[in-house]
Order: sequence, then structure tokens, then C-alpha cells
Amino acid sequence: MRIEVAVNGEQREADVWPGESLLFALRERLGLPGSKNACEQGECGSCSVLLDGTLVCACLVLAAQADGHEVVTVEGLADDGALHPVQKAFVEAGAVQCGFCTPGLVVATADLLARRSDPSEDEIREALSGNLCRCTGYQKIFDAVRLAAR
Amino acid sequence: MEVLNPHTLEEALQAKAEHPDAVPIQGGTDVMVELNFDRRRPEVLLNLNEVGELRGWSRENGTLRLGSGLTYTEAMEAPLAELLPALAEASRTVGSPQIRNRGTIGGNLGTASPAGDALPPLLVEGAEVELASTRGVRRVALHEFLVGPKRNAAEPDELIAAVRVAPSGGQQTFMKVGPRNAMVIAVCSLAVVADRERGELRASFGSSGPVAGLVSCPLDEAASLPELVVEAASPIDDVRGTAAYRRHALGVLARRALERCLA
Repeated sequence: MRIEVAVNGEQREADVWPGESLLFALRERLGLPGSKNACEQGECGSCSVLLDGTLVCACLVLAAQADGHEVVTVEGLADDGALHPVQKAFVEAGAVQCGFCTPGLVVATADLLARRSDPSEDEIREALSGNLCRCTGYQKIFDAVRLAAR
Repeated sequence: MEVLNPHTLEEALQAKAEHPDAVPIQGGTDVMVELNFDRRRPEVLLNLNEVGELRGWSRENGTLRLGSGLTYTEAMEAPLAELLPALAEASRTVGSPQIRNRGTIGGNLGTASPAGDALPPLLVEGAEVELASTRGVRRVALHEFLVGPKRNAAEPDELIAAVRVAPSGGQQTFMKVGPRNAMVIAVCSLAVVADRERGELRASFGSSGPVAGLVSCPLDEAASLPELVVEAASPIDDVRGTAAYRRHALGVLARRALERCLA
């Protein structure tokens, strides 16, 4: 089936299998591998994207459900080649080790800071509770969030 | 495989009547996992995302009507969170922000897992499920709707349209045991309400039997509630915990819940 999705501000079309996830469509049909495929059950947050401005796991959205909607992936955060403030903060704070969880954490952090520009520690922890990182121990990630919030 | 995309409830009910085997998908937090892992490959998926009538909530006299597409995130927001505080607390324990933004109350009912977090808070408030089909609308008490683990009383041509609940206004709470605060399927859970108007305490436990269970006792016999809960529970040993642990934890939760609700 054919779907039409506004991805990162651009109207895109894709032929998808009716049972496939938005994540699969983004990565395999639309050439956007920034959203990572890990758990495929919403546990890890590596595929976090914004669907109509709402933070979701792309693996838990049916590609067909995104038809006619807007999606922003990690690729859509940078503005004309200039890193998004959250991306800059992750680089500066050294919040990236293997990098696999980074796109999801960047999208989730961008979503948090768009809603709350000066989040508390608890709010940061809650906002990122759905994003797993198995390298960093999270401390540098929290540093990056605080840095981006400044 | 085929995806149907109704834009109105009428279209959705028509589609379900024509394809009784169609699997409804709203937030996708349960259905997509089954698809991704190839545990299920339905012929037809019925996407409910575009059906506006299933969204949001409304108030009719003293009764709240929660659309089946109400998300956990929405259930956490005032003023609904003040009217159904235990449901708001339970919603806050569901998954992560990403899951709460997509997962819905209707989906929790449809899945009818013994661990469904929305179920105990709705059970203690005497919720009813509104089932719709082209034949009409009927209401079923939630405790009758939940008929077994992952089994509910909806007929094949019916869709869960809404949940109706008249808030008791009583002090209430929801508690959940698990290894961390987020992304946890309940090892066991408990909702308690102190309904002063009816002079009654009601408790509902999750993940401790084939369906979420419901018990009640007079307010002036509050001390007997923990034992009532523990006796009514029929937990099993599984990957998340042992039956013995669940029984013990339920007793602890019930005593703590009483402290909160009778304070």
C-alpha cells in the first residue's frame, strides 16, 4: 500500500507492507536510518520520533497510521546543516559512547526542552525513562540535557 | 494483509461488522509488538487513529465518558486527573513518555491483560465499558467485561467505544510493584478507594490472578482489607515474581494504601 507522510518537512511517499512499522518505513523505504531499530517493542526508545509533534516510538506506530501525518526524525532536527542545540550539547558533554541510543535520546531531549525549557532533575529523569543507554551510565547524558537547557 | 482506515465511528463499526476478524489498532503499543515479532499476522487491521469520536473525554451530569482512544498522557492531565486520581497515578506508571503518548485506556481494556495498569483504578470506581456495533450500543460492567487473561466480553463485531465512570470522589490511590519506576509490567498492583458516601472500601489488584480482582468491605472494617485482598488474589509463579512474593506484596500495598486513603 502507498502512504504519504510529511517527513522532516518534506512530503514523501512510500510503498509499504500493511503490517510494517513506521520505523521500518523510515529506515528501509525512506532512507532515514537515524532512528535506530533495537527492541521493536517500545522498551528502548532508540526509534523515538515526533509524530504530529508528539514523542513516540516509531516501532510501535503502524506505517499506515502515519499516512497523512507529520513525522520529525533525528535527521530533521538540524537546521540547514547546523546542529540542533541538543545535538551540540551531547557532543560537548561527551554524552555519546557507542552512539546507538543517541538519536532517540536527542529526540526525547528536544521534546522535553520544547515543553519545559528549564526541567528539574526529576523531570529530566522521567522524560528520558523510556530511552535505554547501555554504555554511559547516563551521567553525561544528564549533563548534556542540563547544558542544552541553559 | 490489509489496513482499513475509517474516519468516523460509523465507518469503523461498519468495517468491524464486515470484517469481524479485523484487529483494532489504536496506540499500537500492544498490537505492534505482536506484529513486529510475527506472533500474529491478522488478515485485516482496523486503524482507529482517524476516528475522532473515540478521542478525549466528556462529562454528562456526574458521569465521565472516557473515549477508548484516551491516552495515558491525557489521563494524567488536570482536570481529569483530579476526578480520577488513581487512574492518573496508574497512567503515570505505564511504560515511558513515548508509550503513554500512544497507549490508550481502550487498548488496555481490549488487551485485557491481568497486568493492565488502568484496570484496577477503573474497577474500584465501578466503571462500565461501552461496546458499540452496527447493532447498537451496550454497556457492560468492567468486572464482567474482563473474562480471562487477555480475554474480554466484546463480540467480534463490537468495538470498545468508551469507558463510563461516575467518580466516587473518595480518597484513592494506585500502587505498583516492579524493578524500576518506568517501563515496568506490574509484578503486582493495587488500587484502593475509600468511598465515604457508600461507607465502603474497594480494592482491586492486578497481576495476581487471571483477571484484575475486586474486593470490598465496610469502611469501619478497614483493618480487614489487607487480608481480604490477599485471600482473593490467586497469583502464580512466573518470570516477574513468585505467587508467595505477590501475596506478601499485596498485603503490604493494601496496608500502605489504607494509610493514604484514610488519612
